Amino acid sequence: MTTPAVEATGLVKRFGDVRAVDGVDLTIAPGQVFGVLGPNGAGKTTTLRMLATLLSIDAGSARVLGVDVARRPHVVRQLIGVTGQYASVDEKLTARENLRLFGRLQGLSRSASAARADDLLERFALTADAARPLEQYSGGMRRRLDLAASLITSPPLVFLDEPTTGLDPRTRGQMWDTIRELVRSGSTVVLTTQYLDEADQLASRIAVIDRGRKVAEGTPGELKRLVGASSLHVELRDAARAPEAAGIVERVLGEQPSLSPEASRVVASLPDANRAGDVLIALREAGLDLASASIAEPTLDEVFLALTGQPTQGEAADDQEVA
Amino acid sequence: MSTTADSRPDTLAPTEDGLSRLVAEGHDLRPRVTFAETVSQTFALAGRSVTTMRRNADQLFDVTFQPLLFTAMFAYIFGGAISGDVRSYLPLLIPGVLAQSTLTACMATGVQLREDMEKGVFDRFTSLPIARIAPLAGPALADLLRYALAAVLTVAAGLAMGFRPGGGVLGVLAGGALIMFAGWSLAWIFTWFGTVASSARAVQGYSMMILFPLTFLSNAYVPTDTLPGWLRAFVHVNPVSHIVSGVRDLMNDGAVTAQVGWAVLGCVVVAAIFLPLSVRSYARHL
Ligand SMILES: Nc1ncnc2c1ncn2[C@@H]1O[C@H](COP(=O)(O)OP(=O)(O)OP(=O)(O)O)[C@@H](O)[C@H]1O
Ligand SMILES: [Mg+2]
Repeated sequence: MTTPAVEATGLVKRFGDVRAVDGVDLTIAPGQVFGVLGPNGAGKTTTLRMLATLLSIDAGSARVLGVDVARRPHVVRQLIGVTGQYASVDEKLTARENLRLFGRLQGLSRSASAARADDLLERFALTADAARPLEQYSGGMRRRLDLAASLITSPPLVFLDEPTTGLDPRTRGQMWDTIRELVRSGSTVVLTTQYLDEADQLASRIAVIDRGRKVAEGTPGELKRLVGASSLHVELRDAARAPEAAGIVERVLGEQPSLSPEASRVVASLPDANRAGDVLIALREAGLDLASASIAEPTLDEVFLALTGQPTQGEAADDQEVA
Repeated sequence: MSTTADSRPDTLAPTEDGLSRLVAEGHDLRPRVTFAETVSQTFALAGRSVTTMRRNADQLFDVTFQPLLFTAMFAYIFGGAISGDVRSYLPLLIPGVLAQSTLTACMATGVQLREDMEKGVFDRFTSLPIARIAPLAGPALADLLRYALAAVLTVAAGLAMGFRPGGGVLGVLAGGALIMFAGWSLAWIFTWFGTVASSARAVQGYSMMILFPLTFLSNAYVPTDTLPGWLRAFVHVNPVSHIVSGVRDLMNDGAVTAQVGWAVLGCVVVAAIFLPLSVRSYARHL
């Protein structure tokens, strides 16, 4: 059996009376993206910081690639790259200077750190801006530089704390590609996120954390099945024909759909996403004119509702905008 | 001080549980930071501080304008009263201003460290496999440049006003070296404040509280024989007085006196106490 990239048992972190992390167990197989999903204040950052030697562990134990985090932090630091929730690069230096400095600090010679910096700048599409002071960088550029700075020694394990929060959809997509690329090159990635769709896109396994405890773990598919299926929403141009449409949907899916109050909308749960096409074709053949059609994935809120019996507390996870 | 991949000493013996496999898989892992690595990391971080200093030249105000101002101001205000005329006050005054400017510059070391620690980049320093002392020792090393700048400007201002140090070039250089060493060691007091205080403002507050008594309740600006007894007693144990006396002896007489010895000893003691305290408190912060 291969050694897990991360093996944590009973992790606890207290801040005064708050048990920010309250007995979390994690086993993360190497060579995959592992997602840690949870709302604001769930304890994601705290968990990651303990695993990355940035915070002391109050109780429990953790190993990174078989090396004890509390006993041998210096060795663990040689095995990991960390990109925190907030950019951890020097604002006063340029991108190139930052990467060279971190290379020098990790024992690269002057020329090796310069070459490595140029490699990474190229790979993260920052070459053109390499000599600009970071104060002029956009959020996305800063994030990319931050990630580049974590990869100087090509560490086998990379921690990413909310790598895409605050990024626009295009930049987010680029970040996803970069993360996939990392895993292809043999690294293990542990990332936290507030978005189920992000975990779904990237992670082969997900742990859901709420109030310092792990409330579920599984593949994205397993988690979504916990919540239930996704749903098909169709809106008719002619509200009067909605009952007719509902009948067709019921015939195709074998389950009665619900009608919205204004009765122009039909919502059906989809045990299998492939059936959506069948429904749409049947509606078309009946000559029903659709104003819109969409398939909605279960949201993080629904996952939480299903797992904890209560909605995500505090601010809704989706309208969070953290730099 | 280059540590290339193949010359890294102290590679882990493949006996350590969990590590043996990693080492066998070809990971180049070191069990702890070596002295050579610590030195190289300290220099890398000193380089970072120097770059930052160069880009924010306005922050050098305390080591440029202030020493010039103090030299001129004190010389003309106190010169006549204390020594009869400005020129004969300068041998007394210049070492005093040197000590005052250096201590003020030390204070900035602590304040800047605190500000720096609140920035994200310190998180990265923490997560890197580097010596815990390097993020503190790097800026401390770079600040030697600030002390040197203050010293050069103060002495130059003195020379322009008619200061003719009896110790000659060597004496002045030796005095400058002593004041820089004093700056380096006293800065660890303020560095420690930086690691324990809750904010940069608090560091500034604590620092002022000890900076004023240390500099003004010393022999930096006045001869001590007219002071009341209790004050004289404090002035005599104040390490700053010994530093000032040591610098005077070196610059004015070219003599390595007992005062120089006391000054060096005092500085060594301060560093021996506050350097480990700072590193410990910084490492605990994590
Ligand atoms: N340094 C600290 N001192 C005191 N309390 C803290 C500290 N850091 C975190 N906490 C508390 O611990 C809990 C977990 O915080 P944590 O930052 O780990 O959450 P998170 O899941 O990362 O949230 P977010 O999505 O907002 O980043 C919160 O209640 C937070 O207030
Ligand atoms: Mg967080």
